[in-house]
Amino acid sequence: MIINGVTIDATFAEAFPMKATRAIITAQNEKWAMISAQAMTGFATSVIACGCEGAIERVLDPSETPDGRPGVAVMFFAMGGKGLAKQLETRAGQCVLTSPTSALFAGIDGGIRIPLGKNLRYFGDGFQSSKVISGKRYWRIPVMDGEFLAEATTGQVDAIGGGNFLVLAESQPQALAACEAAIEEMRKIPNVIMPFPGGVVRSGSKVGSKYKTLGASTNDAFCPTLKGATRTDLSPEIESVMEIVIDGLTKEDIDKAMRVGIQAVCDLGAQQGIKRISAGNYGGKLGPFHFHLQEIMA
Amino acid sequence: MKALTLTLKTSPEQRIDMSALACHLLKSLSVIDIAALTLQCGKRKLRVDELFTIEGSDSQQLIIKNSHDKLDFIGKDLDGGSISVEGDAGAYLAMGMKAGDIKVSGHAGLYAGCEMKKGYLEISGNVGDFLGAALPGNKMGMKGGTILVKGNVGQRAGDHMRRGNILIEGNAGDYCGSRMTAGTIAVMGQTGRYLGYAMRRGTLLLWNQPQLSASFNDCGAHTLAFLPILFASFRSLNSSFADVAQSFNRVQRYAGDMSEMGRGEVLVKL
Repeated sequence: MIINGVTIDATFAEAFPMKATRAIITAQNEKWAMISAQAMTGFATSVIACGCEGAIERVLDPSETPDGRPGVAVMFFAMGGKGLAKQLETRAGQCVLTSPTSALFAGIDGGIRIPLGKNLRYFGDGFQSSKVISGKRYWRIPVMDGEFLAEATTGQVDAIGGGNFLVLAESQPQALAACEAAIEEMRKIPNVIMPFPGGVVRSGSKVGSKYKTLGASTNDAFCPTLKGATRTDLSPEIESVMEIVIDGLTKEDIDKAMRVGIQAVCDLGAQQGIKRISAGNYGGKLGPFHFHLQEIMA
Repeated sequence: MKALTLTLKTSPEQRIDMSALACHLLKSLSVIDIAALTLQCGKRKLRVDELFTIEGSDSQQLIIKNSHDKLDFIGKDLDGGSISVEGDAGAYLAMGMKAGDIKVSGHAGLYAGCEMKKGYLEISGNVGDFLGAALPGNKMGMKGGTILVKGNVGQRAGDHMRRGNILIEGNAGDYCGSRMTAGTIAVMGQTGRYLGYAMRRGTLLLWNQPQLSASFNDCGAHTLAFLPILFASFRSLNSSFADVAQSFNRVQRYAGDMSEMGRGEVLVKL
């Protein structure tokens, strides 16, 4: 398959079942909601070493937030529910509770309930109080700038992590420009996050390493500087490869995000130095979810 | 099916115990069975059809017409369904209600909504003492649900209240929120003496400055984030509480009762 001169490989991205949750951070203005959200989703690029994958899903209009203030929706994905709950609580405590004027609310009403403000309330040292409003419990924790309001729990649901595609370009600036265009479109899709810095990862990995202590190492088949030194997957004109990783609540959400992302890359086309779109997989034996590029773009 | 409508034939001379006519108790009964039920009236037991004319058959929508303030225990332990009272209700209205809704077009007597657990109670007129309170000797009053009173309420509203909302459009008598353990009482009108007497936790939300006891300490003026959410939850009510113009988030906060735990609060609109 070729779109605007860009070859779409007959391959697939291999993804895994994960647990996901969403929280809504509000603040006096969008600036401070965003600061809090950025802190909360920091160091959450990959479950390999961060404990979870997290990112800002989107900015919320005041009319969409529970307290009518500007807000930001953040999502977190982890391999298990216990780990997810731990990450959420730690991040909420260190990054949202501490952030001026912030409040924290559930972003998923259904699913298994996991603590959001439920345990953070003990920071109130006995001065905390709760209000049950329309069946939801909120904790009011006195803090130095006033009161930190946090919903007691949020929902944890089954989700999918590890959807991806690779952008193969003739130069590094061209690969980055294509990924930026893709991310801009993909951020419009609800229920997905692209957890790596700016949504783009330049250090795609393979499973295993020559060093026993490492579970993952550089994906040498896609490293352009190793074209003559390893069993490469790159043609001579490829000088840079970048990857976009997608976590989403459902397969359909990831399908949609991959479609708009790949389309945005293809719109730049071969004339802008984009030569191929490929994807990362492990032979299809590890992950139950397969995102076939050509089917998605058909 | 048409709502089951009971029209009181004459003003009763004795008080009538209406607890047998809660919707959940009538679910499996035919209209003939309902007519044959007996209600305690003073020291006598009278058949329902001796006291009321009966129309309709949907026992999950009960309408009591020509109601009188001697009809006690209307909707006692109600567990689903709706009761509409056209006229006044006696004492113990919606006592221990678990689910469903009760609307009264007139006034209600003592202990309305006492020990209520869930559901919705709306009274268009005035209400007697001990609204949403605990029965004498008991330690837990209202545990959930919402009570809306469009008129005034008597003394000890929310006594021993534990959870839920009591919304009062009119005035509240003395000892409003006394011995409260938690929950919210909102009063748009004036409040009486000894507001929040011995309250442990909970919120008294007021539109007018009350006369506070010395055991309530001023914590200053604040903008509280939970208030917009609380007011938003009132939007569906047929009440002034649903009016956006009545909502606020800037309050003077008083902590008390310091002679008790001191974890309660009186919030007064600024």
